[in-house]
Amino acid sequence: MNAITPRNAPENAYNFAYLDEATKRMIRRAILKAIAIPGHQIPFGAREMPLPYGWGTGGIQVTAAILGPRDVLKVIDQGADDTTNAVSIRRFFARVANVQTTTRTAEATIIQTRHRIPERPLTEGQVMVFQVPMPEPLFKLEPRLAETRRLHALGDYSLAQVKLYEDIAKQGESGSSYNHPVMVGGRYLMSPSPIPGFDNPKLHNSPALMLFGAGREKKIYAVPPYTSVESLDFEDHPFRPMRAPQHCSACGSATSYLDEIIADDQGGRIFVCSDTDHCAETQGL
Amino acid sequence: MSAPLLEAANLQLRFGAVRALDGVDIEIFPGEVVAIVGESGSGKSTLLRVLAGNMDADAGTVLYRDAGGEAHDIHALSEAGRRKLMRSDWGFVHQNARDGLRMGISAGGNVGERLMAAGDRNYAHIRAEAADWMARVEMDPARIDEPPKNFSGGMQQRLQIARCLVTNPRLVFMDEPTGGLDVSVQARLLDLIRGLVSQLGLAVFFVTHDIAAARLLAHRIVVMRHGRIVEEGLADRVLDDPRHAYTQLLVSSVLAA
Repeated sequence: MNAITPRNAPENAYNFAYLDEATKRMIRRAILKAIAIPGHQIPFGAREMPLPYGWGTGGIQVTAAILGPRDVLKVIDQGADDTTNAVSIRRFFARVANVQTTTRTAEATIIQTRHRIPERPLTEGQVMVFQVPMPEPLFKLEPRLAETRRLHALGDYSLAQVKLYEDIAKQGESGSSYNHPVMVGGRYLMSPSPIPGFDNPKLHNSPALMLFGAGREKKIYAVPPYTSVESLDFEDHPFRPMRAPQHCSACGSATSYLDEIIADDQGGRIFVCSDTDHCAETQGL
Repeated sequence: MSAPLLEAANLQLRFGAVRALDGVDIEIFPGEVVAIVGESGSGKSTLLRVLAGNMDADAGTVLYRDAGGEAHDIHALSEAGRRKLMRSDWGFVHQNARDGLRMGISAGGNVGERLMAAGDRNYAHIRAEAADWMARVEMDPARIDEPPKNFSGGMQQRLQIARCLVTNPRLVFMDEPTGGLDVSVQARLLDLIRGLVSQLGLAVFFVTHDIAAARLLAHRIVVMRHGRIVEEGLADRVLDDPRHAYTQLLVSSVLAA
């Protein structure tokens, strides 16, 4: 009789890290190309994964392709280690790859993320894996994908600049508080995935390798360590990362990115760090 | 006299059995306004598209001489090179303003786009240029943040002209710029174009079926029929002393008010 496997027991029916070796090689090839051409989108044969599109199928495939037995994996969703998506993906890799997992940014070698970059500065040797819903930064401005590829090839990004002009003309500042487009290595316009503008400066000259996986759109792109990443702006309206002006109610930080939380049914609200690991560390937990 | 700004030799283009261009030779000199007239289907718009590199010819060459005097074969140029030329040295005014404007973007954004494409990253400067050009085409700069759909047809056409001229092009292609406008608006627009052309020393290729517009604007007139140039010469010579039977017909067909 089949015994029911305990929830967190290692799984032996699958290949290491779920994907078969041929698929991993294919993804690694795409990753190498992406690193060679910073910010350029490389198509790859994304597989069906055991989770729905939009939940991180691209990120999970990139993680599976680069994961080794000695890696330490951290997964965050909106900065938090304890949300459903983060917990599920962490447990998934603990089962199919039997790797060590952590919530500590400092201990992790691979950090898969949705919507945030950790507050603690990343170090050499760490790899960030971003889950990307829409890799094409010009998507909302030019609906034809063939034409967007031509614009990338010609380096013609006046459309994105016009969008920014319109935002400033209408509301005095950029209209994108997240997913603000960036120029990578002075050549390619890139979607930084839906991270808040607050995190955009962390991409610039980062010692860590940044990999971006879009499962549904079947694209991989990358920012190699120490690559220039400039947020799109005007000389006289420089890019300004936004942050709520409050202090974190839990750790008191005045510098970290904050989430607004409704605390009671009287309309009371508090602000807490979006990065749970950073908050716990500041509190000395 | 200096070398021609643009010269085309022996252009050939067929659409199936139709000869849209049949051995066309044409040239334009700096500061010159050349009108291409003819009936519908005579190949004048096709000629304009081929000259501007928007369409490939079956045979023939189009040479453009840049500000440094260097000649470029338009159809041998890479797409990147052609786009660059289109952005910096040339302008194209479409018959329908909707083809030349971005309808979802404000007037200022429309005029500023070419500056941003040319690498301008200073918001205040772009905005000032856009407002200045709106004033030069006799639009109210206070309406800089309104989308083109708020403007009348004549205003949209003015906006399109401002958008073309903001980067100081040397050569402008105009495809029936006054088509579809009522006569009083046409007259003011022609007046404006004439003023700008002489002020800026632009070279203009200008397609029209309106002989009166050609008389008003052009230095030289080229008459096309069935994909061939049947007659060309100084504007007043062609209009007052037409030699080819077709030109005579065309000139005598103009309604006198």
